[in-house]
Amino acid sequence: MGAHGIARRYFIVNGFDGALTMLGLIVGFYLSDYQDLNVVISACMGAAVALTVSGISSAYISETAEKQKELSKLEQAMIKDLSDTIHGHASRLLPVLIALVNGLSPFLLSLLIISPILASHLSVDLPLPPLVASFFIAVVILFSLGLYLGRISGTSLLWSGIRSLFIAFITGIIIVGINLI
Amino acid sequence: MVSVKKIVLDVLKPHRPNSLEFASTLADRCNDCTVNLIVQAVDENTESIMLLIEGEDLNYESISDVITEMGGSVHSIDEVEVTKIGTDAE
Repeated sequence: MGAHGIARRYFIVNGFDGALTMLGLIVGFYLSDYQDLNVVISACMGAAVALTVSGISSAYISETAEKQKELSKLEQAMIKDLSDTIHGHASRLLPVLIALVNGLSPFLLSLLIISPILASHLSVDLPLPPLVASFFIAVVILFSLGLYLGRISGTSLLWSGIRSLFIAFITGIIIVGINLI
Repeated sequence: MVSVKKIVLDVLKPHRPNSLEFASTLADRCNDCTVNLIVQAVDENTESIMLLIEGEDLNYESISDVITEMGGSVHSIDEVEVTKIGTDAE
């Protein structure tokens, strides 16, 4: 798989993680009828930062190992040191790029999702309550990620989008169930 | 002064960059030259290629550097065509 494909996969996987985590937090806060936006923002930002750091470090460690293994295999086949070739440069640069994509995708999507909460905290008037607006943005983002996956795989866009929504729905149901206990 | 007009090289290279990218990069990095690449054998991770490079005044060092940069290694110089430009007095 090429670098573009790997980065795309990481973007979707961790972006989905970020969006679903924010959805879970927002549903949890909504159900607990918690209105202190400072706490909501702190919790969401904390989760976003944790996902970012986790995404960057995990992707960097795993991709560095993978690329190093590929380079060693190629060096054995070529019977020469390839560290100063385009293959060597790629094996050092790609893990960094992929780590950034993996870390920044949940962070940026999380920021987008909690933007109504941030706006409300800054006294910007919104047509919807901030948690409800964030919930809808999260749903739209998850649906969009599903559409994007459908476009990549060449399958039905609508079905792929609905499948993502179904995952969000299941997540919401579980959180509601836990709150009822 | 002598001028190298043609070089035929036996090169081992990884699958990537592919033959088209490999030849295009070589042609791009040398002045007014024509690159002809023939794949001779394909292995699991590598391929042996025959490179025929023609031009007015080829520089073997820079050609070799580009090949090395792309992960390839020159196994042998199989054929060359060199001409003498001008007279000894010049």
